[in-house]
Amino acid sequence: MELTRRGAIALGAGVAATLALPIRAVASVDDAIAAFTGGADMADAGITLTSPEIAENGNTVPVSVDAPGAVSVMLLASGNPTPAVCTFNFGPLAASQSASTRIRLAGTQDVVAIAKMADGSFARASNTVKVTIGGCGG
Amino acid sequence: MISRRDFLQATVAASAIYGASGVGNWSKLAAQQALTQDDLLQFDTFGNITLVHVTDIHGQLKPVYFREPEINLGVGAVNGLPPHVTGADFLKMFNIAPGTPEAYALTYPDFAALAKSYGRMGGLDRVATILNAIRADRPDALLLDGGDTWHGSYTCLKTGAQDMVNVMNALKPDAMTSHWEFTLGVDRVNEIVEGLDFPFLGANIFDAEWDEPAYEPYKMFERGGAKVAVIGQAFPYLPIANPKYMFPGLSFGVREERMNEVVQEVRDAGAELVVVLSHNGFDVDRKMAAQVPGIDVILTGHTHDALPEPVMVGGTMLIASGSNGKFVTRLDLDVQNGQLMGFRHKLIPVFSDVIAPDKQVAALIDEQRAPYEAELSEVLGHTDSLLYRRGNFNGTWDDLICNALIDEREADIAMSPGFRWGPSLLPGDAITREDLFNATSMSYPAAYRSEMTGETIHVILEDVADNLFNPDPYYQQGGDMVRVGGMGYHIDVSKPQGSRITNMTLLKTGEAIDRAKSYVVSGWASVNEGTEGPAIWDVVESYVKRMGTVSIDPNKSVKVTGA
Repeated sequence: MELTRRGAIALGAGVAATLALPIRAVASVDDAIAAFTGGADMADAGITLTSPEIAENGNTVPVSVDAPGAVSVMLLASGNPTPAVCTFNFGPLAASQSASTRIRLAGTQDVVAIAKMADGSFARASNTVKVTIGGCGG
Repeated sequence: MISRRDFLQATVAASAIYGASGVGNWSKLAAQQALTQDDLLQFDTFGNITLVHVTDIHGQLKPVYFREPEINLGVGAVNGLPPHVTGADFLKMFNIAPGTPEAYALTYPDFAALAKSYGRMGGLDRVATILNAIRADRPDALLLDGGDTWHGSYTCLKTGAQDMVNVMNALKPDAMTSHWEFTLGVDRVNEIVEGLDFPFLGANIFDAEWDEPAYEPYKMFERGGAKVAVIGQAFPYLPIANPKYMFPGLSFGVREERMNEVVQEVRDAGAELVVVLSHNGFDVDRKMAAQVPGIDVILTGHTHDALPEPVMVGGTMLIASGSNGKFVTRLDLDVQNGQLMGFRHKLIPVFSDVIAPDKQVAALIDEQRAPYEAELSEVLGHTDSLLYRRGNFNGTWDDLICNALIDEREADIAMSPGFRWGPSLLPGDAITREDLFNATSMSYPAAYRSEMTGETIHVILEDVADNLFNPDPYYQQGGDMVRVGGMGYHIDVSKPQGSRITNMTLLKTGEAIDRAKSYVVSGWASVNEGTEGPAIWDVVESYVKRMGTVSIDPNKSVKVTGA
């Protein structure tokens, strides 16, 4: 798996790192998607993205993807300063094409997952994750 | 707004297979002015399984007044659907005559006057009498407690909920789920749970670190020759709406995919009836019923709604049994060969002057209260106004609390959380310490005083408003709007987060709130660890004692549009 999130952390850590970062990591969400899909259409079915509706802790939000038949899945936090989270690559021997991780969300936003299938087609799923100040449930 | 006819079609379509609800009975009896215990308990035992549902008792061992809301808006697809129907519209929808006992029990109009005629409602000793009658008909009836049981009174706070545990144990529940229970702290919860004779269920309670189930998800029962699965669903937003430091390491959430899995698991294990004992809140349950196949009955909780008829969502029946011990639902079901063939339902109103207390449970309740009787009964002052809490935007109890915060803590603006618990007091009533704790009792009562910019206040109001008015129920937390003292505002509930709240005005000067300026804000029940200040009940006690008699002016500072 190719962790672009590590790049994001490096961005915060030092100015010099910005120059070294691939354009993709700092480009807009649409550009990131276009770069991944080559502008191909994306189906609504074929990928399941599981995330909480409201984050219990915005600093560590559990997110999982399941895309049977995928060769790779890109995960984006569309509202973060650096939207790219990671891309999971699945080899031919992978027993299942699913993965889970925890991500930090800067605020309420859509988390987007895009799967590239073995036949070259793409599927997209998106969930809104609310990051709230909370406190008044009665 | 959905018409009564549309609603009836929704239930009648399903009733073709099922049956009907028992609300008609007490309407007729009320007209004859002859309400007796036998009438309230009358029920022709039906089918082979009986469920008894109580929920959101909030520590109320004794009968109380509890005024139902005047404003209870539904947004998006649920606008005008039960339970988002109040007052005259509610009476019309359910064919209830104004002024009758059921109108008093279920709606707000003429509350103070009707309360004098029909008296207090609830009391777990009366609930025990109802249970005894039901068990005489159907000895293996399942008693299911929807949670918010171990919270909400002076004795509950002082005993770490042992009073509620002792009395509920005497009623012999078959299962429960939870919400405010966890504000006792997870260690105390686990200590109590270890000693229970019945399971404490929560399919959606997970260990946050290992992401694995932390409590039993369901329990299988054998009743009337059928396998019955009861799945627990705790309040999904505990770590957000309540202080998560009190139960570190636990994660909740709606977890629809988990509910799907568990329903499948119990069906695979042979369950012929699947019941979800839920603390989701009514709208969340309504969505879950539509999304998750295979659930026969959802016993709803959290949002404190009382509905005299089940609401059908596809083949799933939603039951709403009110709060504070006011109602007990009896639901008889006929399950044959794995199929729900029919039902008979009754929302039994617990009129405390009509239903005789069970002597044993009454004595047990007295025993719990005896060590505290002197503190409980101390009169702190009187009220000229009806004091109540329920309603989306304000209630007079919170107006009183906000007035006390502004006065005692020398604040410009006060905030009181939109809790749905807290019984009512009638004009002329004494305010005792017990009454004050019924409206404020909790494990994080510090009344903070801090400076906030107009911008921050706006962000808070927008955040809470979205918890209530997000059109997707899965994003709703089930509380009411934070109550604000010293400041007025306009709210358009149909707008998205960030643009609902406008025209914020500081009431004492009539000036618009300046986004950049700082204001002194006092509030209570912050979910943040380390919040400092006196307990809210000390603040309000001091204020009430100083005032002697409180009276609350009608609150006209919130203008609502978009509903």
